[in-house]
Amino acid sequence: MDKKKLGYWLFFIALFLGPLYLTEFRLALLGKFLCFALVALGICLIWGYTGILSLGHGVYFGLGAYCTAMYLKLEAAGGGLPDFMEWSGVTGIPAFWRPFANPAFALGASLLVPALLAAVLGFLTFKNRIKGVYFSLISQAVVVVFVTLFVAKQDWTGGTNGLTNFTTFLGFSLASPLVQIALYLITVLILGASFALAAALTKSRAGRVLSAVRDGENRVRFLGFNPTSYKVFVYSLSAALAGLAGTLFVLQVGLISPAMMGIIPSIEMVLWVAVGGRHSLIGAILGAVIVNSAKSFFSESYPDIWSIFLGLLFIIVVMFLPNGLVGAIESWKKSRKKSRQKGGTADAADSVVS
Amino acid sequence: MTGIKKFWGRQTIIAAVSAAALALSGCAASSALNEGEEKPAADTGGDTVKVGVLHSLSGTMAISEVSLRDAELMAIEEINADGGVLGKQIEPIVEDGASDWPTFAEKAKKLLQKDEAAAVFGGWTSASRKAMLPVFEQNNGLLWYPVQYEGMESSPNIFYTGATTNQQIVPSVTWLLENKGKSFFLIGSDYVFPRTANKEIKAQLEAEGGTLAGEEYTPLGHTDYSTLISKIKEKKPEVIYNTLNGDSNVAFFKQLKDAGITADDITVLSVSIAEEEIRGIGTDILTGHYAAWNYFQTTDTPENEKFVASYKEAYGDDRVTGDPIEAAYNAVYLWAAAVEKAGSFEVDAVKAAAGGIEFKAPGGTVTIDGDNQHTYKTARIGEIQADGQFKEVWNSGEPVKPDPYLETYPWAEGLN
Repeated sequence: MDKKKLGYWLFFIALFLGPLYLTEFRLALLGKFLCFALVALGICLIWGYTGILSLGHGVYFGLGAYCTAMYLKLEAAGGGLPDFMEWSGVTGIPAFWRPFANPAFALGASLLVPALLAAVLGFLTFKNRIKGVYFSLISQAVVVVFVTLFVAKQDWTGGTNGLTNFTTFLGFSLASPLVQIALYLITVLILGASFALAAALTKSRAGRVLSAVRDGENRVRFLGFNPTSYKVFVYSLSAALAGLAGTLFVLQVGLISPAMMGIIPSIEMVLWVAVGGRHSLIGAILGAVIVNSAKSFFSESYPDIWSIFLGLLFIIVVMFLPNGLVGAIESWKKSRKKSRQKGGTADAADSVVS
Repeated sequence: MTGIKKFWGRQTIIAAVSAAALALSGCAASSALNEGEEKPAADTGGDTVKVGVLHSLSGTMAISEVSLRDAELMAIEEINADGGVLGKQIEPIVEDGASDWPTFAEKAKKLLQKDEAAAVFGGWTSASRKAMLPVFEQNNGLLWYPVQYEGMESSPNIFYTGATTNQQIVPSVTWLLENKGKSFFLIGSDYVFPRTANKEIKAQLEAEGGTLAGEEYTPLGHTDYSTLISKIKEKKPEVIYNTLNGDSNVAFFKQLKDAGITADDITVLSVSIAEEEIRGIGTDILTGHYAAWNYFQTTDTPENEKFVASYKEAYGDDRVTGDPIEAAYNAVYLWAAAVEKAGSFEVDAVKAAAGGIEFKAPGGTVTIDGDNQHTYKTARIGEIQADGQFKEVWNSGEPVKPDPYLETYPWAEGLN
């Protein structure tokens, strides 16, 4: 058996056994971080493997979360009007809210709405060969559009307060510790499955084309591939993962608001991947968990000055570990190996994302 | 051979990194077994009782919320110096909500489940309160929320020591209609409080004979008000009712003055500008405009004299007090009084005992309304003076009964 795979198995088994050694509160935190890890996994696919730097993944995360939150809100209202609509002066449930009373529709939409938006946006930009920093800027603009829209349509979206105060999911009380443990385990399973899927994708023929797109898009085009369709595909997949993460987040944290799809959270998502290592799927997952754990730990221990520590962490990573923690460990291993067997093969050039 | 070595190395590293990540994420994992499984309850075993203080100490809201933390810590110190509550010293646990709503929920959960805080004092924005509300209801905790807000809420696990609309906005609209003019222009930041407040103001204007000249919203942090001021010039309202929040106020008042509109031409009444904000905006452009609150630093009571003096002594002569600061200070005393009356730190007992609890607050006596867990407060309107303080021009005479759902106002019937 592949030893690398064994390591991954151990990691996910350790996560799966979390309820045995973590308190209810710490488990809920880890569950939240694993949702973020799922977003990071998607960003790693498009950034580390395909060279698309999206600074707007908060939107996909938010859309997924809102789709599920709409269902939860309707279930909490028990057939009546959700509370925020009542005090916003809405008299009947808006037509586009109605289908979300069906959980299957809501969960499906939480995957498909982000994926479709990403497909449309990706198609229009990638087809016109907009890439690099220009694409990043467009992704930021999309964030601004959505946040403004969600804040302004208070009677439909809950405005800045967002959607919160849910009671049950499919009839199970969200306040029950057992339900929370079950949701945590589901999150671990989904993260594990998504990781396996992403790993398989990167090893496949399509995955090699994605890396080739990153390293030389025009050459790929000259070889007869259509980079646009590959990029649209992986971008949509990444958006769907973010939407799925949003669903799991809203179920565990019980809250979604426009602030969470804003520019700062969107950039933070990229930072997680940068810290962990953007060329490594497991690095992205670890990055999300480590950065958020550090944030929680520092802010609990030093509530007045914790943000300085976190800033320091980011600066250290950017200055000294440009390929993140996993990247640093790998290059250290390589150099050690090289010094042992003189005349080994040269390092493959580490490509910098455009 | 190197292949095998490589794989083993890789695996060790992954295991090590995973272990590190897990250790970080579960920094309290070792104490897991000690914490037990039973429902969190107030931890009152020792000589101290823990309470949470949960405000934004970083991010955009820090500028406002840090003062609330200071006021709460001051009240706790005073009570401790006086012998504590039920003979126990209060031990505050300060947490940073970081102007981020899920963080507020996360820290609230931590304070209730891990620290077993008997009460939590915290929040400023409605969004942070809404984020914490389910956490307090699910864990049967106790949140004391000290800021005026838009009403339409009454959680069994929250005490609201700030004003609800009928203690601030409703009387100020009536006062404006009687003294300043009938034609209102509403401006506000685009979020829940201004939109809900304006909905109520419009209903009230219709019922009390006012007219609506216009209603405009700008995003939080917006700084260009030239278009909006042109609209105001065109509509010529007599009153501008201002629910803008934060930095936008600086830009709005400055551009209003630059456009040649002074307090003599159009009265601006604001509901989010207290002494602290006046310092930030600048007194020169605010002088002569009005604000509605329940407390001013200049409020003339013996309690306030002592409060202002202690606050300045503790945190510096340049610091000012203000309405939310006073409400945060009151909250700690009200909680302590309710605990003394209940003879217990248990949330249900404290809630049951809280109705009717009185406190001689700096802004006048406040009383907890047992039905909706808000407080009776005196409504006040002040004119901003050149020294950055308020001169009170009107007050309600006696504390106003809180009515978060505006049930006693016939014109508000369609609102909820």
